[in-house]
Amino acid sequence: MDIKLEPIVKIIQEKFGATLEEFRGEAHLFVKSEQIVEALTLLRDEHHFELLSVLNAVDYFPQQTPRFHVVYQLTSIAKNLSVQIRVPVNGDNPKVPTVTGVYAVANWRERELLDMFGVEFEGHPDPRRILTPEGMEGHPLRRDFPLGYEEPQFTFNFDEIRVQKPSPKE
Amino acid sequence: MTQIEEVSIEQFKHLVSERALTGETMLLNMGPQHPSTHGVLRLLLELDGETVINCIPDIGYLHTGIEKNMEAKTYQKAEVMTDRLDYMNPMGNNLAYVMAVEKLVDLDVPVRAQAIRVILVELQRIASHLVWLGSVGLDLAAMSMFLYCFREREQILDIFELVSGQRMMTTYIRPGGVWRDVPVEFEKAVRDFLKIFPKRIDEYETLLTKNPLFVDRMVGLGILDVKTALSYGVTGPMLRASGVNWDLRKSRPYMGYEQYDFNVPVLTEGDTYARYLVRMQEFRESLKIIEQALNKLPFGPVHSENRKFVPPPRSEIGVSMEALIHHFKLWTEGFPAPDASIYSAVESPRGELGVLLAGDGGPKPRRVHMRTPSFDNLAVLPEIVKGHLVADLVAILASVDIVLGDIDR
Repeated sequence: MDIKLEPIVKIIQEKFGATLEEFRGEAHLFVKSEQIVEALTLLRDEHHFELLSVLNAVDYFPQQTPRFHVVYQLTSIAKNLSVQIRVPVNGDNPKVPTVTGVYAVANWRERELLDMFGVEFEGHPDPRRILTPEGMEGHPLRRDFPLGYEEPQFTFNFDEIRVQKPSPKE
Repeated sequence: MTQIEEVSIEQFKHLVSERALTGETMLLNMGPQHPSTHGVLRLLLELDGETVINCIPDIGYLHTGIEKNMEAKTYQKAEVMTDRLDYMNPMGNNLAYVMAVEKLVDLDVPVRAQAIRVILVELQRIASHLVWLGSVGLDLAAMSMFLYCFREREQILDIFELVSGQRMMTTYIRPGGVWRDVPVEFEKAVRDFLKIFPKRIDEYETLLTKNPLFVDRMVGLGILDVKTALSYGVTGPMLRASGVNWDLRKSRPYMGYEQYDFNVPVLTEGDTYARYLVRMQEFRESLKIIEQALNKLPFGPVHSENRKFVPPPRSEIGVSMEALIHHFKLWTEGFPAPDASIYSAVESPRGELGVLLAGDGGPKPRRVHMRTPSFDNLAVLPEIVKGHLVADLVAILASVDIVLGDIDR
């Protein structure tokens, strides 16, 4: 971990009771979901973390508590530092408060998470799906969502597959 | 099959102004099939006459589920999908992904491979900017630009074909190095390009930079201030045109960028013309990097000697039992990576291209998230087009330099 980052990490640890994980020189701080808005505001206003580089999630299925880690990767241009904040979320009814008020980029990124993982963001101004079509069911990037597979059509199963193929409605 | 649903105003009620509901302003679709949206992007515009009041981008038409597919493949095989993300920058995507894998498994890269990577990625940056310059010209009715730019781009793609056998989807940069050493003709081909290209940039500049018709359509449009840019996570030339000196090649050097002498062009105007100028200067800076890297291209191996991650050369397989075992294990099972997660980022032609990579202890990744710069750069579009004419929207969108494959993934 960068020496300049250590005091900032200590402040977050003390203030929010965050746990720290280090791997290959990266600092990952785990905070509770209700503290995320406060933590990001503190980092942005007092420690010059101007950019929210990544807002995404990792699915640790079949583990259920917590199932998802919502990842906030912050970058400080003024100090040339990076820190990662993680919010563990349970598999049943995953909910995190929105951070659109802190970083405007969170608007689209949170819509993507809602779409792909089904993580809900409370207070989001525009909670629509973003990448998949309307009327789509399920959340594709969850580990238990099937990858999808189309059986090749050969002579021996030609008719069988033709019956199952989706056709345009008249 | 999902049924086609009729879209009503109710759905967008919270995004448009009150006047749209009474019918005073008009809602108009621009795209998904429209030549100036550079792909399949739909912009829902709220117009008062010809003035844009609101712009609601609708993306996802090119969503291919690449991130999902990568989870089902081993680390080596998943790399092929990264070429298809930002199809104007396949080398850069390879580099971003491969660097993330190398960081996750802690793999070394020989210096010669690093220098080759830098040369190819900078050539790719020029090729990507050429496509952008050509399409800006095309959007603003300078059609000859498109032909000139594609002529030069072809020369770069020929170099890629020389080294990798492919013009576009190269997959040449591999974990631990590159696929194989560059052929002997490589140096001459790159030197030819270095000799021709500076003159060609001068030609483009005479055609566009001082051209009053071009300048009138660019200056003072789509002004992006620093605060908005940072809040929206905008990176790359767009951020540098707004006055923030942030380039990952300079501030967090990777692949030996610290040994090359180059400048990071920064302008403060933040308008469409500033974004154009920044990219024009980046052409020359990339040329400087390529020339330096080529001059001191070191000799030596082009991939790591760590056989647990890099397959052995063909010549060893016939004589060494270990080599055969490694070859078999690597191409059937793949190599395992620790159950941990890392983030690594490179500077792509469009901005910060980051990879959030989480392993699960096995040979397949648990999660690969590509933090693509176009996604955030497009998200800021509604902020910067408000109050401009529809015709200017085309110029502003062109200056953002989006690639839809990069946005939709």
